[in-house]
Amino acid sequence: MSIVSKVFTALLAPLVAVVVAMIITSVVVAASGNPPMDFWSIIFSRPADRVFVNIVNQSSMIFLSALAAAIGFRMNLFNIGVEGQYTLASYTAAAFAGAAFLPGKLNIFVSLLIAIAVGAIWAGIAGVLKVTRGVSEVISTIMLNAIGITMAGYLLLNYGQKYGSGRRTTPLEASSEFQGWEPLGSAAGAVWSLVILALLAGVAFSVLINRTRFGFDLRATGMSESAAVASGVKVNRMVVIAMMLSGGIAGLIWMPALFNGAHYYGPTFQAGLGFTGIAVALLGRNRPLGIFFGALLFAFLNEQSNRLTLETDISANVVQITQGVIVLAVVVAYEVVRRYKAAAEQRAVTKQLGENRPTDGEAVPA
Amino acid sequence: MSTTVAPERSQATRAQWYARSWMAIVLGVLVAVSAVRIITGAHEIDSKGSLQAAIIATCPILMAAIGGMWSERSGVVNIGLEGQMILGTWGAAYFTYYYGPWQGIAGAALLGAVGGLIHAIATVTFGVDHIVSGVAINIIGLGAAKFLAEAYFKDLKSERGTGGVKQLVGLERPPSFTVPGVSDWASTLADKHWFVVSDLAAVLAAVTTRMSWVTLLVFALVALSAWILWKTSFGLRLRSCGENPQAAESLGVNVMRYKYVAVLVSGALAGIGGGYLALVSSSGFVTGQTNGRGFIGLAAMIFGNWRPGGILVGASMFGYTDSLPLRSTSTIHALLLLVAIGLIAFALFRLVKGQRNSAAVLAVFGLLFGLWYALTEEVPRDFTSMTPYIATLLVLAFASQRLRMPAADGQIYRKGSAG
Repeated sequence: MSIVSKVFTALLAPLVAVVVAMIITSVVVAASGNPPMDFWSIIFSRPADRVFVNIVNQSSMIFLSALAAAIGFRMNLFNIGVEGQYTLASYTAAAFAGAAFLPGKLNIFVSLLIAIAVGAIWAGIAGVLKVTRGVSEVISTIMLNAIGITMAGYLLLNYGQKYGSGRRTTPLEASSEFQGWEPLGSAAGAVWSLVILALLAGVAFSVLINRTRFGFDLRATGMSESAAVASGVKVNRMVVIAMMLSGGIAGLIWMPALFNGAHYYGPTFQAGLGFTGIAVALLGRNRPLGIFFGALLFAFLNEQSNRLTLETDISANVVQITQGVIVLAVVVAYEVVRRYKAAAEQRAVTKQLGENRPTDGEAVPA
Repeated sequence: MSTTVAPERSQATRAQWYARSWMAIVLGVLVAVSAVRIITGAHEIDSKGSLQAAIIATCPILMAAIGGMWSERSGVVNIGLEGQMILGTWGAAYFTYYYGPWQGIAGAALLGAVGGLIHAIATVTFGVDHIVSGVAINIIGLGAAKFLAEAYFKDLKSERGTGGVKQLVGLERPPSFTVPGVSDWASTLADKHWFVVSDLAAVLAAVTTRMSWVTLLVFALVALSAWILWKTSFGLRLRSCGENPQAAESLGVNVMRYKYVAVLVSGALAGIGGGYLALVSSSGFVTGQTNGRGFIGLAAMIFGNWRPGGILVGASMFGYTDSLPLRSTSTIHALLLLVAIGLIAFALFRLVKGQRNSAAVLAVFGLLFGLWYALTEEVPRDFTSMTPYIATLLVLAFASQRLRMPAADGQIYRKGSAG
């Protein structure tokens, strides 16, 4: 296959998915009695400076979340528990940082390590249960989500300080916060300093998966576990390590926000990023570059939709439908393209073998 | 559940054996509960009110779990139950407002089935990974319910209900019934706090006083599902698609069609569960109402080993703990003793069977719960809301070797692959 057709088939599925999602969203908007053009003209308008900055910040968190999910997905491990892992990790890190045992930036560094550790341990439970007791990680991580979120609530209620009608962890000291970077002037707000974490994690992910023995084993296990075992991969160990890596990255998700203006873990904590991350990982085919664009798209839709509430009668929640449909459509489209390519390959082979036997275009069953 | 029955036993004695062991378990539980109630003085653990609250909390979980069972018995994993349930809550509110409560339940089933249809198209026709599709359906269901609520409920205001951006409350409820005579008599007896007798009376009082007809419908649907899946040839074929679709297809079963039917029914049942939440558990639709109950349903299904009897037990247990936050903390504290007794009884059972290791582990846990009961005065409420999840994890960790899911569950099947 030439480069052009390779690029074409790689981009075909996401493009088809976005188009399908646009059509379905238009239908939904029209069904609620609003002209779809109103919706699209707002979504596709040029974002204000402030929104630009928000998109960058939000997409860094979504990117981290998707990366966490993707590590597991690459070896067929479904870590649905990113949500619980980052909630618990965020609470613990915020509580530690707020207590200010350490001075200034050292406090930030150690808090980040704690966030990684908590996320890794929480995900590790699911990994250990899988390899020692044969418990499906899908179910155990769903359960651990609920337990972790409840536990964070319980800890906050009992050890947090009163704040308004709710509770929060002790706010950070100013020396343990970053100022961010204001490329578009102070009115537009700051790009969080720890956005850099997302970039570093993306590069590390890419190197680990594509350039190391571990990454090779991980991908091999994902493609064929029996083949991996036959070539000497210790699958059980891989499962636990991959789960813990996934949880470790999950622990970092909310850290950019915490050290740049969130000050504390409390009512303002942004929940739900874990599930968004799963969706973006699927959208980006578990590749860092794909996830990068997926995260930007999701953050863009989220931020632009805020204007809907102010300027139209359309509910901003419609973008959630758009996002869900994009994910579903993209996986369907990938599957269709895969089947088409498999059938085309079969036809080519048949032709080369010079047989006149008719084929029905069916792929070999997996 | 133990199934160590000698193969030479006939069908009839096997059924008798099952019935007898179930009777023994039920009786044992009853005596234990009653004893704990008398010892601790926490009469609320099985009072009429507690049991009613528990039944109301059980039904949505039960519907989701039975829905999951339908789907997984045909070989399609459905973790989109939560999303289908959410769609059901919206459907129930919309149809109740415009047509009436029974139409509301039908509307809940319809909206849930739409969620099921999406799942079926993605997984059965296009062969998308079942978990991936389920995750997407949960996102879509949540977003759609919020969007639809804002679009259709915002301006509603009449004697039939009051709408808002996130809710539609004050809806007409489906009818309920009280069995005259029996209800009062049983309630009086239950209030006497006698050993065992009052506990039985409380159960009778709970099911004869202000019992919603929808609750009956739910239990009828459970029985119907069990009958269809295990006693009809349709059910046999459907289950064969979940065990060995290639073999089923080679025998002329239209695997695709059976999977579609199963996933649609699955969505509809989950939708009814959502409808129950909106119309019976509360008096209207509020966004975020399901609060993860679809996932608890999934847990109840696994807990119940993909079988209706086990699911009933799992869903009741989870429903009971779900209703606990409404009770006083002393009641919850008394339950620790019950759990301790249960674990130790189970440990003895394992010991008799010669499984020393698991007996020891269970006994240690039992003693720990006993200590927890003895050394504390109350249990934090947050802990009780974690119970279903921790119980599921423990069951999976200790009994996953005994659980057996349908053999081809979660596998993607393509038509004609039987060769």
